[in-house]
Amino acid sequence: MADYQNIFTRVQVRAAPYPGVPMRGGSWVRQGQPIFSYWMGKIGDAQIGPFYLGWLGLASILCFFVAIEIIGLNMAASVNWSPSEFLRQLPWLALEPPSPEYGLTLPPLAEGGWWLMAGFFLTCSILLWWVRMYRRARALGMGTHTTWAFASAIWLYLVLGFIRPLMMGSWSEAVPFGIFPHLDWTAAFSIRFGNLFYNPFHMLSIAFLYGSTLLFAMHGATILAVSRLGGEREIEQIVDRGTASERAALFWRWTMGFNATMESIHRWAWWFAVLCPLTGGIGILLTGTVVDNWYLWGVKHGIAAPYPPMPVVDPASLQSGGVQ
Amino acid sequence: MRCNPCSSILMLAALLTMAGCDQYSPVESTQQGFRGTAMVELAEPGDDDLAAAVQAAIPAALPQVPPGGPKAGDVYKNVKVLGHLDAGQFGRLMASITAWVAPKEGCAYCHEAANFADDSKYTKVVSRRMIEMTLAINGGWKDHVGETGVTCYTCHGGQHIPANLWSRDPGPDRRSRFDGNQDGQNSPVRSVGLSSLPFDPYTPFLLGASEIRVNAPQALPTEPAHAPDILSAERTYGLMMHMSDSLGVNCTFCHNSRAFAVWEESNPQRATAWHGIRMVRQINTDYMEPLASVFPENRLGPLGDPLKANCSTCHQGLNKPLGGVSMLKDHPELGGPAPAVVKE
Repeated sequence: MADYQNIFTRVQVRAAPYPGVPMRGGSWVRQGQPIFSYWMGKIGDAQIGPFYLGWLGLASILCFFVAIEIIGLNMAASVNWSPSEFLRQLPWLALEPPSPEYGLTLPPLAEGGWWLMAGFFLTCSILLWWVRMYRRARALGMGTHTTWAFASAIWLYLVLGFIRPLMMGSWSEAVPFGIFPHLDWTAAFSIRFGNLFYNPFHMLSIAFLYGSTLLFAMHGATILAVSRLGGEREIEQIVDRGTASERAALFWRWTMGFNATMESIHRWAWWFAVLCPLTGGIGILLTGTVVDNWYLWGVKHGIAAPYPPMPVVDPASLQSGGVQ
Repeated sequence: MRCNPCSSILMLAALLTMAGCDQYSPVESTQQGFRGTAMVELAEPGDDDLAAAVQAAIPAALPQVPPGGPKAGDVYKNVKVLGHLDAGQFGRLMASITAWVAPKEGCAYCHEAANFADDSKYTKVVSRRMIEMTLAINGGWKDHVGETGVTCYTCHGGQHIPANLWSRDPGPDRRSRFDGNQDGQNSPVRSVGLSSLPFDPYTPFLLGASEIRVNAPQALPTEPAHAPDILSAERTYGLMMHMSDSLGVNCTFCHNSRAFAVWEESNPQRATAWHGIRMVRQINTDYMEPLASVFPENRLGPLGDPLKANCSTCHQGLNKPLGGVSMLKDHPELGGPAPAVVKE
């Protein structure tokens, strides 16, 4: 009997390539002659393809390509087009948003115009992919849960790069494209606004982030543990319980008194995952627009525990000249 | 149990990964603030060795000269700053400065051998200004240097030019003006601890007087808006990386990292550093920049400005320069402004 006691899938089912459920008429059909890959079969289904591209997919990929080209070529230009320097410095390189003096106007290309353009095409690409996900789910007669989960991530992306900069009145408030630069931006963002850890929506976002990993570990482990009894057929067992489902439920009932069901555990996971960027986006949106210093806000509302004061006085307050 | 190839590979990988762990030294933390507030200073075992090595290299103080006798200003010509010293004291200080700055070249590094009063060597003009600077630091910046004070050796360490100086940074040589703008950031540069932060934290803060504080002083936004943008925060962050690197300390040496801006939660060292930033500003604006016309071209930075001081010029990786040794106590004549400056 096939089971899942290893990190790789140990049994690969091989049959004639499965083209997928019949599709209603449209200008596109699924492309590609299916192939089988033994190694892909180790981590998923061994059958690769056929693939549905569609106009939305094509447009999304083109927009993504344009955005990545703009970002990559700007990074390459900043190291004088040297391939070796590009590789060596890649983690440091960035495409930066416009400087504060440009506000929400259109700056010259070299001073943030390229950033706006890259952001436009990346946003188009993401939104087109979102519509594509919606359409594919509908075409298969599915619910649109994945689409709305993706929308939650897009919400956070748009808040960081578009909605909050609009509300702050400056593109310079947005995140640069780059590996270290966006991390330094994140640290500087928290420092500028008095420590994001005192932002309640940041707290919620972290709780849902860590909660998601915990739920995923619990669920994944439970299903693998009952896969010897057919537990990986969890979707069937939502409506047709078998011994695997029974034991998975009993395990948690005995462990902590309460157990999710085969259906509700997926609602738990979906909501935790969706609420992570949803609350995070709210937290970012409030920063600088509604709250200017989260630490002082935390003090005001009794979130920040008082520490014994140190005998240190601001030297600037002792200066008559008022120098900083 | 069956022999599982995957488990074996994992075990092997784990062993190989952990094999290098013994080369990492344990980091020791010392509590600096109130308990439970994470106000700790981190130290690696090598840190003490650095201080010990620096201290061992300090040249021994020359024997004191008995006070009395004629004044240097009366004995020698063209003594503009230290004329009030006894001639014997003055000679001892000159000999000490030689050991501190030009031990190989001796007096001739600054003086014309034929006429010591001659000002034709730029090194002599610079040295005089540097002596004035040392007096100003020891006399006027006790909030930073305390009674430990500084001498020429603190920065020079036996070299003509202190090991850690800076000049204005032209940035990477970029050919394209059309794209690739980096906004003064995003290069792997030591000055900001190899982060991608703005790589010249010196010009705005240690030469200019740009606002270091970026936090809003109240919880809610004000009208007009509190000005500093995120790039300002990144500049401040860059300066702090420089300070951390220069002093060999972590953030909590001065700050409580939950509220960097709040003085009541900071360590006293933060106030010392506050004065230090202003001291370095004065060193650079009043003493180094005006020497631009005195230095020969090969002593200037790529943009033609003189080399200038930052935190690492004195500190050199130690939170107390020279590991806290006071050379000033053996050279009290450098302790403050001259009581009566001899002008010609």
